[in-house]
Amino acid sequence: MDQKTDFMTETEKQLLNTIQSDFPLASRPFKELATKLGISENEVIDLMEDLKQRKIIRRVGAIFDLQKLGYKSTLCAIKAPPQRLDEIAEIVNSYSGVTHNYGRENEFNLWFTLIAKNREELSRLLKEIKEKAGVDMILDLPAINLYKIRVDFKL
Amino acid sequence: MNEETVSFTEQEKALIRELQEDIPSTPSPFKNIGEKVGLSEEEVIAKIRDWKEKGIIRRFGVAIKHHKAGITANVMVVWKVPLEKTKEIGLIMASHPAVSHCYERPVFPQWPYNLFTMVHGKSNDECRRIADEISDKTGIKDFQLLFSTKEYKKSSMKYFI
Repeated sequence: MDQKTDFMTETEKQLLNTIQSDFPLASRPFKELATKLGISENEVIDLMEDLKQRKIIRRVGAIFDLQKLGYKSTLCAIKAPPQRLDEIAEIVNSYSGVTHNYGRENEFNLWFTLIAKNREELSRLLKEIKEKAGVDMILDLPAINLYKIRVDFKL
Repeated sequence: MNEETVSFTEQEKALIRELQEDIPSTPSPFKNIGEKVGLSEEEVIAKIRDWKEKGIIRRFGVAIKHHKAGITANVMVVWKVPLEKTKEIGLIMASHPAVSHCYERPVFPQWPYNLFTMVHGKSNDECRRIADEISDKTGIKDFQLLFSTKEYKKSSMKYFI
């Protein structure tokens, strides 16, 4: 990791902590943040752009609840022969409904999430991935219950 | 899981397409977004408020790269929990501050683990300690840590494209 670009000033940390979960829904959101942080609106905008350029911030926007938009998701796992792991991962990656895809330390060594408009589409895509990847099976593990989902962290 | 479906107008879908992207770093970003989809600034803000209240928008804010922000290690921990105890145990696991996600998922002959947690820490060792701590607290002794070996993809879903 690059120490220089990853270093954050106290103002930057304060800014991130403030807007991780609550970006001001106001006509001049950066002005509101500026007042809180005791700097100018332009300085906040510059800081935001800088944090994006340094890839500390991926984006500012909404995170939608996929269920409430009518979409369905599932967590999937494949037992890939180790020498074919990268190749199969690329096949999986080529689907736009795959948002996360990780190699993991397990017999099931490739784990990915798949999102689609409905359950039938999920099944169809899984069948297609299975055939393209040339594997015997894909574990299809849709959530039955959600006990927690939290995405912000105190910095 | 709850199967609530809301239907959206074409204009609402256009707004969703804007809001799932990076909003502009301009003095009045909501005005700029409104201009693109034919809504006033006030209407855009009111819509976001309404969707937040209904849980359609889970969060409106920044998405940060955790490893860049110093939260370096994480692990998926899977637990084999007796079916009649999944809720009770799931809620205990969820209450741990280092756990960001906790889901119950189905079991198969090839896969007996039914609770899934994401555990975050400053190092892999800290993640292991936290998993042991959760195991002690819940009495669930059959669990596995699936550290990631490679990130092949991490992206946000694009809806109504």
